[in-house]
Amino acid sequence: MLDLRRFTGRELRLTDKLVEFNWGFLLLLVLIASIGFAMLYSVAEGSFSPWAYRQALRFAAGVCILLIAAMIDLRLWMRLAYPLYGVALAMLVAVEVVGMTGMGAQRWLNLGFVQIQPSEIMKVTLLMALARYFHGLTLDEVSRLRNLVIPVALIAAPVGLVVLQPDLGTAILLIASGAILLFAAGLRWRYFILSGALVLAAVPVVWGRLHDYQKNRVFTFLDPERDPLGTGYHILQSKIALGAGGVFGKGFMEGTQSQLNFLPEKHTDFIFTMLGEELGLAGGLVLLALYFIVLMFSLNVAMQCRNQFGRLLAIGVSMTFFLYVFINTAMVMGLLPVVGVPLPLVSYGGTAMLSLMFAFGLLMSVHIHRNVEISRGPSAFW
Amino acid sequence: MQISGRDNTRYQAFTRRAALLGAIQGAAFVVLAGRMYYLQVLKSDQYTMLAEENRVSMRLLAPLRGNVVDRYGRILASNRQNFRAMMISEQTADIEATLDRLSRIIEISDFARRRILRDVQRSPRFMPVTVAEGLTWDQFAKVNINEPDLAGIVPDVGETRDYPYGEELAHIMGYVAAVSEKDMAEAETDRQLMRLPGFRIGKEGIEKTYDKELRGTAGSSHVEVNAYGRVIRELAKDPGKPGQEVVLTLDMDIQRFAWDRLKGESAGAVVMDIHSGDVLAFVSAPAYDPNQFNMGLSNEQWRALVDNEYKPLVNKALAGMYPPGSTFKMVVAAAAIEAGINPAQRVVCPGHYSLGSHDFHCWKKGGHGAMNMHQAIKYSCDVFFYDVARRIGINAIAEMARKFGLGETYGFEVPGEKAGLVPTPDWKRATRGEPWHQGETVIAGIGQGYLLTTPLQLAVMTARLANGGYAVKPRLTRAIGGQLLPTPRPASLGLGEAALKVACDGMNAVSNEPGGTAFRSRIPEPGMELAGKTGTAQVRRISRAERLTGVLKNEQLPWRQRDHALFVCYAPVHAPRYALSVIVEHGGSGSAAAAPVARDIMREVLSRNVDRPQAVVPPRGSTGAREG
Repeated sequence: MLDLRRFTGRELRLTDKLVEFNWGFLLLLVLIASIGFAMLYSVAEGSFSPWAYRQALRFAAGVCILLIAAMIDLRLWMRLAYPLYGVALAMLVAVEVVGMTGMGAQRWLNLGFVQIQPSEIMKVTLLMALARYFHGLTLDEVSRLRNLVIPVALIAAPVGLVVLQPDLGTAILLIASGAILLFAAGLRWRYFILSGALVLAAVPVVWGRLHDYQKNRVFTFLDPERDPLGTGYHILQSKIALGAGGVFGKGFMEGTQSQLNFLPEKHTDFIFTMLGEELGLAGGLVLLALYFIVLMFSLNVAMQCRNQFGRLLAIGVSMTFFLYVFINTAMVMGLLPVVGVPLPLVSYGGTAMLSLMFAFGLLMSVHIHRNVEISRGPSAFW
Repeated sequence: MQISGRDNTRYQAFTRRAALLGAIQGAAFVVLAGRMYYLQVLKSDQYTMLAEENRVSMRLLAPLRGNVVDRYGRILASNRQNFRAMMISEQTADIEATLDRLSRIIEISDFARRRILRDVQRSPRFMPVTVAEGLTWDQFAKVNINEPDLAGIVPDVGETRDYPYGEELAHIMGYVAAVSEKDMAEAETDRQLMRLPGFRIGKEGIEKTYDKELRGTAGSSHVEVNAYGRVIRELAKDPGKPGQEVVLTLDMDIQRFAWDRLKGESAGAVVMDIHSGDVLAFVSAPAYDPNQFNMGLSNEQWRALVDNEYKPLVNKALAGMYPPGSTFKMVVAAAAIEAGINPAQRVVCPGHYSLGSHDFHCWKKGGHGAMNMHQAIKYSCDVFFYDVARRIGINAIAEMARKFGLGETYGFEVPGEKAGLVPTPDWKRATRGEPWHQGETVIAGIGQGYLLTTPLQLAVMTARLANGGYAVKPRLTRAIGGQLLPTPRPASLGLGEAALKVACDGMNAVSNEPGGTAFRSRIPEPGMELAGKTGTAQVRRISRAERLTGVLKNEQLPWRQRDHALFVCYAPVHAPRYALSVIVEHGGSGSAAAAPVARDIMREVLSRNVDRPQAVVPPRGSTGAREG
């Protein structure tokens, strides 16, 4: 309540923002990322190249992005929500078009100096756009059918484009984070029950349209022993490596399963397995605990915020982050089928890392501007 | 107040739901921790056992590279066994000591040693690294016998590319070599495969063009290995798919003959079917041995190739650009007819042609006298073509040259094709910023000046003259993976009968009428006569002073300054089937240095019954009246 009086009625100065910025949170992120550097160093058999070094550079860039995003006024972010969403959507369309002309990899957009993956950017901008939209609705209005047309379209457009790529994992993540925002905005339960039923009904139809490799993944997930040398190989090897790690692991850079290349994609999607093998249950739980603190902090940011845009944005970031962590770790433990979802801050990868840091920057902006009141009507800022 | 009240209900709803989401997150983490406890504590012993004793590993198997054969199935490139020694670094305690012991059996140069140590550093410890390859059977046997003393060294039989015809086909086949960092970066697929030790990809020629087809699909072997990485048993094996066979249009007999006839010179020659475009022989001399490129060249070998004055690394038939000289006169003649000039009209050749203050010389000092177009081709009179060129202008000549396939590439199957140059005033203005001079039109009339052509283009030009004016394109591939490629049906160039007739009749006269510049190189056997055209392309400028004191003969000049000798021809003259172009760099005159070679090659071609795909355009006799 003290904060309330301190800030209401006057604008925050940069020094206020720097004071309000939660430096402990940034330290937490550095800690998690450092675990990632260490694992990438280990994957390369004790070498900073080719992965650890570049990952550290990207993280440093990510920290800059986070700081800048945090300092920018939340109201400006709200104003930018739709335009940014439009840019991300345009980039997704561009990927389709350029991909058509035979660029090879269709998930990437080559801007000459840098390659970016627009679907990663869309994950953040979708949250912003939905938060912006629901900010303008009262609780009663949220559940009116005609008010659902726009948010559903906002979700469906990128999902459709991503499915075309085809990148089922990202599509599911986009749908999930969209649904979470609808839920947090207060959409009535019956809509979720209804759409759940619809999804169940649609399963047979979708099943027929899946690629063979995608079907195989599901089969294999249901019974990994069924094809131990083919698609089940990943899961089986991952479980062996984790199990062999035991409570305290085989020691840093001593993981025989990972080091001997039994484990595929160990620097990206399966990096948690390597950690589990080399640092054991103890190491894995430490990382999970760090992740959990991040989640609880962001949830707290959402609850403390006095404007609906910030609340929704914060919970969106929190839940998307949670989904990443959960899907990836559950996958390598054999609890979920293998989908290409990286472990946030730890897996090697560029755009995912930068867009995540941007998302955390937004979260921090919400935290700093938590006491700013933003009126519901659009007239206030257009 | 009311709004804030509503916001309050919204906030309360949000808080409830956020708390629920938080609870879900917490529950999920409990599940994750529980699963980890299950795997890493409860099941740890079981998985540890699996990890230590029974590890499943997948190894990629390189597919067998496809063969390249000639039109009769004779093997031009295949695979032979490559005896090699590999090292698995995790199986040896001291890499240096192992290498020392091995070097007592087979020689390991310092250079190779550095390469091995670097490769060992770069690869995972269980991954075999090539230590030596291309071993003789004796060396290989010794390595095998001494294996117990050589911990970590594994004798192994791989495959390597074999080119039985060596340099005779070097510029067509190209070669394969180890994958470079750049190849790796550019590769869209097969990266895993390309990382295999000893894997090679096509770097030049057909090997490069059809690398994908020849490469095949990688197989895999799932093996159980023990804790030391030694294979215990194979669980499953997918042999992959060997690369496809590529059938070329070449006739190796003709290729060999042409090569033998040209080796020792710096030269290029192309033999092609005038209807289908099938290339039967494609020679660039001198050449290199692609077998040597397989294993990597030593520095000295490489320097010798680069420093050789005859440029063995350049594919002269495809990328060598030369002024066409008098072989271009048929094109000018055809352009003249199309421009409405009467071929019977005579031009008097006094030995030189004056334009303004400048004199252009005929190769025959005393002059040819009065010449019509037919005679001008037969005797290769320069003055006649100076005059005609000036009258019809450079644009008409350039347009006709393009119809005959000069100044363009054909998408030939061997990389590195050059387009040559067909100059126009527009081109000159655009590239040099200077206006076109009429004198440049005049010398273009005899194929000199800016004009540049390749032997492949000259063969195409001759084929289009001989096949009745159809835009045939050269091709080198007959079939891929057992699938015959369709023979393209060339479009008509839209030339009048008269234009082709005057050019073809002139060529006939060149080689079959006494006094023709290639009469001495005629084929006397009835039915096998060829129609040709000599060319002597000047490389240096002849000054006015030199003209007065007497032009130096080619033999008196250093090799670099001598004229290029050219000859183009087709045969049989009454029912044309094959076109041929020969260029001998700095060989001297076309009639002396190129025509006899061309004659011999063409006779060889005609004396063989080439299994020709059905003609796509009806053969046409150039002088039908004399048929039968």
